[in-house]
Amino acid sequence: MSDFLAMGGYAPYVWSAYGITLLVILLNIWAARRARVRPLERIARAVDETRPRRQPTVRQVE
Amino acid sequence: MFSLPVWFHRLGSPPHVYRLAERVRPWLGGLALVTIAVGAFWGLVLAPPDYLQGEVFRIIYIHVPSAYLSMMGYTMMAVAAGVGFVWRIKLAHAAAVSIAPIGASFTFLALVTGGIWGRPTWGTYWEWGDARLMFELILLFLYLGYLALRASFEDRDKADRVSAILAVVGVVNVPIIHYSVEWWSTLHQGPTISKLDSPSITMDMLAPLLVMILGFTLCFGWLVLNRLQGEIVEREHDARWLRQFAAEAAR
Repeated sequence: MSDFLAMGGYAPYVWSAYGITLLVILLNIWAARRARVRPLERIARAVDETRPRRQPTVRQVE
Repeated sequence: MFSLPVWFHRLGSPPHVYRLAERVRPWLGGLALVTIAVGAFWGLVLAPPDYLQGEVFRIIYIHVPSAYLSMMGYTMMAVAAGVGFVWRIKLAHAAAVSIAPIGASFTFLALVTGGIWGRPTWGTYWEWGDARLMFELILLFLYLGYLALRASFEDRDKADRVSAILAVVGVVNVPIIHYSVEWWSTLHQGPTISKLDSPSITMDMLAPLLVMILGFTLCFGWLVLNRLQGEIVEREHDARWLRQFAAEAAR
């Protein structure tokens, strides 16, 4: 196992390259998901606001 | 006259493409995850070390897929933008916009992993005189320029049309990147797998590379579908089908 992690002395190169790649892909996943969900939520809110509600009863002032 | 099949026509219909993406997306994501996991284990653990470069060659399993997608992504973006420009198809522009930030990230990855690989093998992270490196850097600037140009327009239709011209003109860079290692022989090594008749790589090293290319491509597709769905929603926000969909999803 430690042999594997050592990468024949190239550990800093191999693991930094793989680490940065993983990080960039994870950031992409987060950003892409957000780009899909956010506008949908905005519309859901807009639809919710236009839905007719029961008017609050106003007591008449005499 | 020949007539195009119905499924082809429906690729221009936002609600159809939105629902199609909704159905395909989870499968693409799952397959990408499995494929990348298999490819990474194969490449990092099972594949033999290179006789010349030793273990550091394993960076190839992320460098080549990133570089491949940086160019393939740009080509797809340019085709989508061109189709949108000529036939005025909004969905095609939406696809181009969705690809741009993802393609830029993979271009960035190709440059960074290449630099890290270059340090122990060439003795330098970066070489201004190397054609492959320079044109790949220009590719990153093309992606970023496309996004910046779009951001400078208030009007989406105008942004679509003007940025499409940049995308299409910039595609000339892609074959230059591809052939750069043959036209100018400097630091970057020559082609390894694109010589289909005689790839200069042994099968136990090539197989995990092909798996990783497939995995990265599936991941790229998943990312594009997510952004495309978001882009469709932004552009169609008043459409009835979308309001129904959003109301159902929120329930």
